[in-house]
Amino acid sequence: MKMRFVELAVGVFVLLGVAALFYLAVQVSNITEYRDGDTYEVTAYFSNVGGLRVRAPVNISGVRVGRVSDIHYDPEAFEAKVTLAIRSEHDYLPADTQASIHTAGLLGEQFVALEPGGDYDTLQDGDQILFTQSAVVLENLIGRFMTNMADD
Amino acid sequence: MIDAIAWVGRYSLNALTVLGRASMFLLRIFAALDAVVRRFGLTVWQVYSVGVRSLLIVVVSGLFVGMVLGYQGYITLVDFGAAEALGGVVALSLVRELGPVVTALLFAGRAGSALTAEIGLMKTTEQLSAMEMMAVNPYRRVFAPRFVAGFLSMPLLAAMFSAVGVMGGYIVGVGLLGVDSGAYFSQMQSVTDWNEDVLSGVIKSIVFGFVVTWIAVFQGMDATPTSEGISRATTQTVVVSSLAVLGLDFILTGLMFGG
Amino acid sequence: MSQPAAAETPHIVVEDLHFRRGRKTIFDGLSLEVPRGRVTTVMGPSGSGKTTLLRLIGGQLRPDAGRILVDGEEIGRLSTRRLYAVRKRMGLLFQTGALLTDLSVFENVAFPLREHTDLPEDILRTLVLMKLEAVGLRAARDMDPAELSGGMARRVALARALALDPELIMYDEPFTGLDPITMGQIVTLIRRTNHSLGLTSVLVSHDVNEAMGISDHVVLIAEGRVVDAGPPDALQARATDWSAQFLEGRPDGPVPFHYPGASYQDDLLDAGGRDHD
Repeated sequence: MKMRFVELAVGVFVLLGVAALFYLAVQVSNITEYRDGDTYEVTAYFSNVGGLRVRAPVNISGVRVGRVSDIHYDPEAFEAKVTLAIRSEHDYLPADTQASIHTAGLLGEQFVALEPGGDYDTLQDGDQILFTQSAVVLENLIGRFMTNMADD
Repeated sequence: MIDAIAWVGRYSLNALTVLGRASMFLLRIFAALDAVVRRFGLTVWQVYSVGVRSLLIVVVSGLFVGMVLGYQGYITLVDFGAAEALGGVVALSLVRELGPVVTALLFAGRAGSALTAEIGLMKTTEQLSAMEMMAVNPYRRVFAPRFVAGFLSMPLLAAMFSAVGVMGGYIVGVGLLGVDSGAYFSQMQSVTDWNEDVLSGVIKSIVFGFVVTWIAVFQGMDATPTSEGISRATTQTVVVSSLAVLGLDFILTGLMFGG
Repeated sequence: MSQPAAAETPHIVVEDLHFRRGRKTIFDGLSLEVPRGRVTTVMGPSGSGKTTLLRLIGGQLRPDAGRILVDGEEIGRLSTRRLYAVRKRMGLLFQTGALLTDLSVFENVAFPLREHTDLPEDILRTLVLMKLEAVGLRAARDMDPAELSGGMARRVALARALALDPELIMYDEPFTGLDPITMGQIVTLIRRTNHSLGLTSVLVSHDVNEAMGISDHVVLIAEGRVVDAGPPDALQARATDWSAQFLEGRPDGPVPFHYPGASYQDDLLDAGGRDHD
């Protein structure tokens, strides 16, 4: 009888623990993004990635279509090479699509925004996005703004 | 001066012998782990006394820590006009640090000290000796089930602490201070990574569970068999395992988030 | 194991046992034999290592030199597995009883059966009740060890030690701290279990009267050696200086009243001339 109670209590305990982990997974963290399924990768060169990090979202018109899978510095191009993993169902992106690094809000995290072009050819796995726009560095922006003010 | 150096030497030698004994103890427990599988009922019983009985203190603490985080985070963030980021701040602090660490400290105080006292008392009253004389190996019957129970309970407790903490932050942030409910969770999800944050928190709590239970069971077994010895061992468990948790947390954080 | 011929060989043989704990020598060439099926009492002053002897026989301690043979097996050299097999055939009754505090009286007696056998629950229950009946505590089966008096705890411990039907049972100071009635009960129990079950009993005690009363064979030890051994009457009859002092409980004799050290006079004179810190 006592054992039965203990077994029940431990059962509830374990279920609560697993439920908590599940809660952390689906409600708190971004585990849903791990269900990306098949992706294809394209690369883009940026002169400055700012605060972009691996796993940052890749959006088109604000809709998430993939994520940043790798960032490293390419010593031959003297630029940062960013690899984007885009979900396979978004296979319609024109070859002249533009990639730019944006900031969510003034201080929020950075993400890559894609702006589809008009080419009939589409981006394939391993292709490179040619048109890129680097991250806006706040200090530079403020600096430029200040010089403009001074000029006026 | 010479005395001081000699003291340091003696102290280090002592620490080294204790570490050696503790390692031998751990190896013997590992050798007895098959008993845990064979008689899982014993471990279930221990999960009850180690895990279930720590549930209340862990959940209540988690709730309050989450609420305080919600409040303090809000005060800091609102100055930058970034109150929406509250969810991320609360979740990251809990999942990465406070969940595993505070749970481990509570666990050391609640379950660790109880384990030490229980085993120390069993040693003092010759119950362990009596088991040996009845051809029952205390490592299989007493130590291994307790060790596994502690080791299993810690990550579950830490997960509950974090989950309840997130809700506590929600109560204060969204309920009292008026942060948008959708923003609280979406911001949380966008900054909290399952692999990097949640899983590394779980790994931390597994390591802490391992170390705290190891220290607690070993201190009980190694206690001087007198009432004074037990009380000293119990204090030792709380002190040593708290320090070990904080020190290990530093190392693990460096390893997991540093690179 | 126990062929008819084996009945004549001693159950336990201790040969030239040396054992030291830290700097203190406890046994210095101790040799003794425990006859099979009899009650043997090892007597000696406190601190003479009687309990240590039981632990050495039980294999919880290992001798520094010499051999201990139980049923012809050398305890100090056995693998853990063999040692545990030997221990299933021996019971040790601790001075305090050493009952498992988290289990009831019933479960304490059932403990060795549950650990070592796969008996169905009803047979196990019958066995446990039989053992408890034998010590007169069947009605106390649902009590917690904390509720028992010292004598009752020892009787439960005896029931537990008998649960696996051992061939050898050892009692560590079974008479210490008991009132006369309980003492009588324990004496009867020891005598009865020995006779009805035909097992070998080893007692360790310094209660001369009780021990002499129930023993077939007495071994006196002091300073790590056997002083005298034999049947109680013979021992009393030929008592040497030391054993006479012990058996009759005289405060002074070969064992001095004063712990050995510098003479009183020297100590006093010394203290006068020197500062103590």
